[in-house]
Amino acid sequence: MNDLIRRTAAETAAAIADGEVSAVEVAQAHLDRIGEVDDKVHAFLHLAAETALQSARRVDERRAAGEPLGALAGVPVAVKDVFTTKGLPTTCGSRILDGWVPPYDATVVRRLADAGLVVLGKTNMDEFAMGSSTEHSAFGPTHNPWDLDRIPGGSGGGSAAAVAAFEAPLAVGTDTGGSIRQPAAVTGTVGAKPTYGGVSRYGIVALASSLDQAGPCARTVLDAALLHAMIGGHDPLDSTSIDAPVPPVVEAARRAGVSGLKVGVVRELSGAGYQPGVEQRFREAVALLEELGAEVREVSCPHFTYGLPAYYLILPSEASSNLARFDAMRYGLRVEDGLAGAEEVMARTREAGFGDEVKRRIILGTYALSSGYYDAYYGQAQRVRTLIGRDFRAAYELVDVLVSPATPVTAFRLGERVDDPLSMYLNDLCTIPANLDGGPALSVPCGVAPEDGLPVGLQVMAPALADDRCYRVAAALEAALADRWGSVLLDEAPAL
Amino acid sequence: MTAATSSYDDILTRFEPVIGLETHVELGTASKLFCGCSTTFGGEPNSQVCPTCLGLPGSLPVTNRLAVEHTIRIGLALHCTIAAWCRFARKNYFYPDMPKDYQISQYDEPLCTDGYLDVEVGGESVRVGIERVHLEEDTGKSLHVGGATGRIHGASHSLVDYNRAGIPLVEIVTRPVEGIGAEVAKAYVAELRDVLRSLGVSDVRMEQGSMRCDVNVSLRRPGAPYGTRTETKNLNSLRSVERAVRSEVERQAPLLEAGERIVQETRHFDESTGRSRPGRSKEEAQDYRYFPEPDLVPLAPAEEEVERIRATLPEAPSVVRRRLANEHGFSPLEMAQMSGAGVVDLVAETVAAGAPAGEARGWWLSYLAQKANESSVEPADLSVTPEQVARVVALVADGSLTNRMARQVVDGVLAGEGSPDEVVELRGLRVVGDDAALGAAVDDAIAAQPDVADKIRAGKVAAAGALVGAVMKATGGQAEAARVRELVLQRLGPA
Amino acid sequence: MPSITRPEVAHLARLARIALTDDELDRLAPQLEVILTSVARVGEVAAADIPPTSHALPLTNVYRDDEVRPSLPLDAVLAAAPAVEDSRFRVPRILDDE
Repeated sequence: MNDLIRRTAAETAAAIADGEVSAVEVAQAHLDRIGEVDDKVHAFLHLAAETALQSARRVDERRAAGEPLGALAGVPVAVKDVFTTKGLPTTCGSRILDGWVPPYDATVVRRLADAGLVVLGKTNMDEFAMGSSTEHSAFGPTHNPWDLDRIPGGSGGGSAAAVAAFEAPLAVGTDTGGSIRQPAAVTGTVGAKPTYGGVSRYGIVALASSLDQAGPCARTVLDAALLHAMIGGHDPLDSTSIDAPVPPVVEAARRAGVSGLKVGVVRELSGAGYQPGVEQRFREAVALLEELGAEVREVSCPHFTYGLPAYYLILPSEASSNLARFDAMRYGLRVEDGLAGAEEVMARTREAGFGDEVKRRIILGTYALSSGYYDAYYGQAQRVRTLIGRDFRAAYELVDVLVSPATPVTAFRLGERVDDPLSMYLNDLCTIPANLDGGPALSVPCGVAPEDGLPVGLQVMAPALADDRCYRVAAALEAALADRWGSVLLDEAPAL
Repeated sequence: MTAATSSYDDILTRFEPVIGLETHVELGTASKLFCGCSTTFGGEPNSQVCPTCLGLPGSLPVTNRLAVEHTIRIGLALHCTIAAWCRFARKNYFYPDMPKDYQISQYDEPLCTDGYLDVEVGGESVRVGIERVHLEEDTGKSLHVGGATGRIHGASHSLVDYNRAGIPLVEIVTRPVEGIGAEVAKAYVAELRDVLRSLGVSDVRMEQGSMRCDVNVSLRRPGAPYGTRTETKNLNSLRSVERAVRSEVERQAPLLEAGERIVQETRHFDESTGRSRPGRSKEEAQDYRYFPEPDLVPLAPAEEEVERIRATLPEAPSVVRRRLANEHGFSPLEMAQMSGAGVVDLVAETVAAGAPAGEARGWWLSYLAQKANESSVEPADLSVTPEQVARVVALVADGSLTNRMARQVVDGVLAGEGSPDEVVELRGLRVVGDDAALGAAVDDAIAAQPDVADKIRAGKVAAAGALVGAVMKATGGQAEAARVRELVLQRLGPA
Repeated sequence: MPSITRPEVAHLARLARIALTDDELDRLAPQLEVILTSVARVGEVAAADIPPTSHALPLTNVYRDDEVRPSLPLDAVLAAAPAVEDSRFRVPRILDDE
């Protein structure tokens, strides 16, 4: 395997800055890798080979001209197909947007380009980010590089798989209920959901606006932090964007010490439904943190058990409204054959253009917001959301960070749960509370489950705006595990 | 059967009308409510749209500060309480001219609540309760093609222009007004228009749609609970508001007297027939599934901010009117006329610039009102200022201009020829007041028409008109006819 | 115990403008029933006196100044439109106001 694709983003950026390799060589190596393995993985929906090489050339020219380069200049990045990209298709994994080319860039995409990162293409996802396996993509599933018969997680399975398969060192994703962290956990990569408002939502096709948050996917904690710092920060185009500096995540990833840090293990995120190997690796990792000097204690967040039902009311409600605009009038699919009225054309287009899961959630959301049901469903879910926030705040009185497994189980087989929505929803059990609260959370690999040899992720959660704590804990664990294993986890993955 | 022919006034002896009004006003901000697109009226279709107001996937709204301030300004002028904390909400329904298929509006947390507006009906003051004032975004505009005269009915397809989508709209909702019908509706809308105009928050042009009214009407027997109401939508003139209420009262009364049920429905008023027709009956009641807009953070106007806005409120039009009436002796009828024509402020400013009150009123109510009407604009939008009108009045008063010349000067100002003095100069408009020059012209005329002169000498004074006409012609109309006549009679009159 | 019937699902689908087929209605109604039964657990929490949370962070008063910014070029506005006529989006017949 070409050495260029196995380097971390930090190493690649340094090599380009030093002139050891050109950005074009790096981009070409990754495009070659994609050509080699993406038939099997199917991480990408659209490749942007030509524009990628163009932006790489510009980085090389700037370097040759002696212009200053950003910390990640020339590093390739994959972009989840939920971000709008000017001139590049944006489908959200849906037939209803097949062929849509946005006339504008998402703020995150703009920042990547401004910082000299090289966008390789758009990655696969569950349709409109609804799912935990990427099987709900209208364009076929993505396969887990650890085992091609298994799911790569979702909704951002394409981004996580691209990073795990060495098709890209970095990717950006979005996390509404775990769509960055859960794929990271099951592919042995690092994924972070920043504090809500920490990264602009402008140009992210909305799923649930009050929960959606963009974040980094990478193979190391430091790479994730570098990307987080690059895309984060205030954006006047997003009213919910926080007008404050990005927390010092890169420094935290470099410092990587947990001595004296108070770590809380969430009692409610364990037990029935959790795979034994997942719990085992999680407990070992917590013990390791204790060895490194962290003060570990168990804490209770009693309302977390209601996170899943609250989430599956709030999300469909907001989604039913956000997805109303796909009505065949201004862009996207239009099914018109012989139909006379606008109303009929809308209904037939949405019938043809949306997949099963999207329809299920739109109808569920429409129900939850209907007069007569609003208070019992949407209203009550929002009250539970308040209680979950209170659980977090009470816990943070006692500890600095909370930890849990990132997912209850490792990657399951393709097709295993696709027709059983409820069991699919259970994958987000551990990740949902942080979305409801708004605080930052990150998944970092903590080994493979003994029973199936598949990756397990540990989740670190912190109070809003304390994103750096997540990176600090994750970096410490990553370093200690690398010492113990003598290599990084992804080296254990089978060759593709 | 007799009921069907009952006159409106007759019906009011048996029924009490209950009406409510919802008024939508487009705010006069430079940019839209949630994006930076221009709000200019009449641009090329779809030339004033961006990802946000086109509702493109991924786009987000950011609220225009001035639109919120204007809404608070309106609320304060209507004596409302300003919410300390409130949210926008999404109103969900599908419609091709609504880019996101939901409208960002306000639901159970309006920015302003519980106010009132006093209006005059038949010389008496009536207090109309204001339930709420809230801010929302406008929709795009559909052009219906293939049917009769742009009507939705029978159209083969529609063409949508989203330039209007996202323009800030303020909705002002009254409490039910009991016992008075059409007159209060019209008086309220007229008074509201004056208030909004005085605040400078909107150009309130009903004919361009920047102010539109929906009116709810129900009838009840005196003392009975409210009856079922109908809503007549999109009334775009004061006259339509009044006619719509009358026609709805006249439609409902015979139905009720025949023991029939009023259907709660939306009706559309036809200006040409003066009648309304029902909208499509809904198979299912609208369910807008309101919920708090997650893309926008709550509004929490600080008390100091509200007080700062309150301090900038102008005098209420009713107060201005009272003062004008007292100071200048305008009668209630004259005040009502000025109000109705939308010229109260203009008259006041013209008076302030030095014109006598009667002259100022006369100019704005007759010649200028006519000019405004001819070019379909409001008098306030004519390109002549109250100061310029006052100058013209002064030129007439000192004898420099005749009334006819004064109108020509105003025409010149409206045509962009400059200030009144510049127009006088440019057009050479000066009364020929020099008696020597006039006398010469009169002598010439007498010499030219000796037979006419003889008739006058013989006592046929009426014949003088021919000589006056000749002099006027010779002086290019710049003489005062009365003075010419005097000079003619001095020379030829029967001594 | 909440329940959602087939006619109710059909009604919701109409509200949401999705022309579900009979097969889909047969399939979706029981699935939604199961999901709804599960999410209805939020009702077990005594929360009547708890204020609802609509936004993750307690921000208020985020505004932009009233300044005109460039709009999109007309060709970019209309590029993705399924049908265009006279610089306007051509849409199928609208049955009536609302």
